Amino acid sequence: MSSEDLKRALEKIVEPSSVHARDYERNGCLLEIGAEPGQLPAIARAARDAGFFLEFITAVDFADGPVAVYQFNECETISRTQVKVQLAREESLPSIGSVYDAALWYEREVFDLFGIRFDNHPDLRRLLLPEDADFHPLLKEYGKVHAFRSARDIYDDQDA
Amino acid sequence: MMTRTPEPATEHTFYLNLGPQHPSTHGVLRLFVKLDGEYVMEVDPIIGYGHRGHEKMAESHFYEQFLPNTPRMDYLSGMLFNHAYVAAVEKMAGIKAPPRAEYIRVICAELNRVASHLMWLGAYLMDLGGVTPFFYAFDDRENILDILDRVSGSRLTYNYCRFGGVARDIDDIFIEATRDFVKRLRGRWKDYNNLVTKNVIFIHRTRDVGVIDKDLALRFGCTGPVLRGAGVPYDVRKAEPYSVYGEMDFDIPTGDNGDAFDRYMVRLLEMEQSLRIIEQALDRLPDGPVTTPTPRKVRPPKGDYYFAAETARGALGYYIVSDGSECPYRLKVRVPSYGNLQTLTEILPGTLVADTICILGSIDIVVPEIDR
Repeated sequence: MSSEDLKRALEKIVEPSSVHARDYERNGCLLEIGAEPGQLPAIARAARDAGFFLEFITAVDFADGPVAVYQFNECETISRTQVKVQLAREESLPSIGSVYDAALWYEREVFDLFGIRFDNHPDLRRLLLPEDADFHPLLKEYGKVHAFRSARDIYDDQDA
Repeated sequence: MMTRTPEPATEHTFYLNLGPQHPSTHGVLRLFVKLDGEYVMEVDPIIGYGHRGHEKMAESHFYEQFLPNTPRMDYLSGMLFNHAYVAAVEKMAGIKAPPRAEYIRVICAELNRVASHLMWLGAYLMDLGGVTPFFYAFDDRENILDILDRVSGSRLTYNYCRFGGVARDIDDIFIEATRDFVKRLRGRWKDYNNLVTKNVIFIHRTRDVGVIDKDLALRFGCTGPVLRGAGVPYDVRKAEPYSVYGEMDFDIPTGDNGDAFDRYMVRLLEMEQSLRIIEQALDRLPDGPVTTPTPRKVRPPKGDYYFAAETARGALGYYIVSDGSECPYRLKVRVPSYGNLQTLTEILPGTLVADTICILGSIDIVVPEIDR
């Protein structure tokens, strides 16, 4: 299975207009998908059926709400695929732990560091910080901040 | 391997904290284990004791200032983390290091990979109760530390790479010492094979123990020797060659059924492949400068970037979001041990406590890398 197969499968799930090809030489990524939170389980299932593994889940905090980033890759050919989900503050995401076991810890980490909640996660505890911590350190409002920008400012102005 | 299906709690059920201060947990890892007699019923790995917030630190530091943080994430393969970070930022900012620097990086990175595997070999066999191989492995590893100490000035946390090159050039003594080491370690394979690989106790302890098959490995996002032990020839150095790995001739050793013995064999054979890469790089080492002029402050163009590299434990990745300023807007490190460690929750239930140590050692985790 390749990037093309996954692309075809994903175009049935999300709007074809939100599936973009990326410049691998520049960004290290072949495909980027802008998704709605509700579409994530279906995207994860499509990626799993195409033979992809979950590389990581993370988030980036922006002035207009965090963006969750899911990255899938495959062992045989270069076919790294990124899924980005723009969230409003306090908006939660569906867990994909039932599709990828690896997601369980990544989701705990994102919850721990960004405070994003995952619905239907079986065990959403803090992962890296002490269990009694009352802050989410990777939010830009925590600690020393160099810059706080909007997602559009960074992701849309790219040359690629 | 003796296994038993976990049963509901009885009067024999009790909980055991393995770690966080336990010599076989390789760092501060705590395994919260539910036991039924000698059998493991459930396991919950508890991490975060070594969380230093590297990703938060990156957001308020210049790209250059983050360099010393990189080898401190994985203290056993610091050069590989350092190399990958430098290569990532160079790709973002369009800096090109001179060929000699790229070759030196590859030589040092592969030396570090061998050192990491030797450290694992010694510590793993010590976990299994064999003290002698530990001294053999550490004796060999000491040579590498001396070689890398000469060029980088440190023995573990090598901050040697710079944007656009390396900190200082290698000399003839370095080259000669490296060639001697390659010869010396080649002469050691016979010893290791006689002492360990053919050792019947070792084979009984590791064969069919802690089987991580292909399906399980992919579900947990395992990479490195854990995935290759399951028979998947995935190595970032081959899949998406970076630096000068594309010009090197080497093989990817793989196992068959993904047990602890296969992972041992994969690492042992990988060391030989690393020696091959080192030899080729030394033979082709070009002359010329080792640095290229770079701006004092690196300001990569806006956008998000992903760069993957292969460490001793698997696929490492830097996901960096740049806002065009001199500090990363967000820097995420995808570390290989993260997925590898999670497999414990699935493969440990049903095994004996003694096998827990064997399996934990065989996946070769470095906890500060997971905690970041």
